[in-house]
Amino acid sequence: MTMLGSYLTLAAVLFCLGLYGVLTKRNAIIVLLSIELMLSAVNLNLVAFAKYGINASLRGQVFSLFTMTVAAAEAAVGIAVLISLYRRRATVNVDEFNELRR
Amino acid sequence: MFNNVNIEFTGEFFAFFLLAVCAIVGAVLAINFAKVVHMAVSLAFTFVSLAGLYVLLQAEFVAFVQVLLYVGAVTILMIFGIMMTKHQSEGSETGRPLLETLAAIGCLCLFGILFYAIRSASFPVPTGELPADNTMAIGKLLYSSYAIPFELVSVLLTVAFIGAVALAKREPEGGNGEGAEPAAENKPAPLSGEEGKTP
Repeated sequence: MTMLGSYLTLAAVLFCLGLYGVLTKRNAIIVLLSIELMLSAVNLNLVAFAKYGINASLRGQVFSLFTMTVAAAEAAVGIAVLISLYRRRATVNVDEFNELRR
Repeated sequence: MFNNVNIEFTGEFFAFFLLAVCAIVGAVLAINFAKVVHMAVSLAFTFVSLAGLYVLLQAEFVAFVQVLLYVGAVTILMIFGIMMTKHQSEGSETGRPLLETLAAIGCLCLFGILFYAIRSASFPVPTGELPADNTMAIGKLLYSSYAIPFELVSVLLTVAFIGAVALAKREPEGGNGEGAEPAAENKPAPLSGEEGKTP
């Protein structure tokens, strides 16, 4: 029964590490990877509740599959935006992406 | 607050402990590495550990999807992104101690709140069992009661990938001639030309 608490604590640790990476890293690719880490932490919560929740069912796992799909789409679009930005500005430093016009 | 830490030392707990340590070590190393490629590979290690945790949670299909999608697709995509954008950030990650301290304090506060909430919550005893044939059950669920979200997600993926291709496609002629140069055929890597050194 305490295994659920352990899984939730691990997910919280991973989420906070991902949040720290998002907030402090300058490389935009690392920021994207940290967002993926945060999404994975949420997925771990979903799968843990699918097994140890009050009604063990597969719905949490199905929802985590949907989350993974959205995460994949987000990564693809993010990399595309980054490459397009790199062509314009020749940098991947997120501090320099500070204006909308080109 | 700590009175309900009565963990029985079973095999599942040891497997969980090993995989959790692997995941956290991978994430911490990914935060602390200096080179970007090392960060990506370390995060791939974290994702593999998370797949192991999914196997431990009787979610085999989600574990395989995790390995295929995160380790196989997302991390490799990020490494391609790193290769295509010249990463000159080795050694330039020095300054901004105030921001890093503030971010660390904020993350620690968030973790403290989450940890307190998890420890003070009372989870009910789970009832029911997960089905043994995981993949078939998920497939039946996806095509019966989750058919509409499934189709919507497929439309979302198609739109996102077409949008990604359209975004990353090189424009034939730069509109005001500032960023993208048209002479890109004979150079193998026009991104890392002379313009990369100017900022």
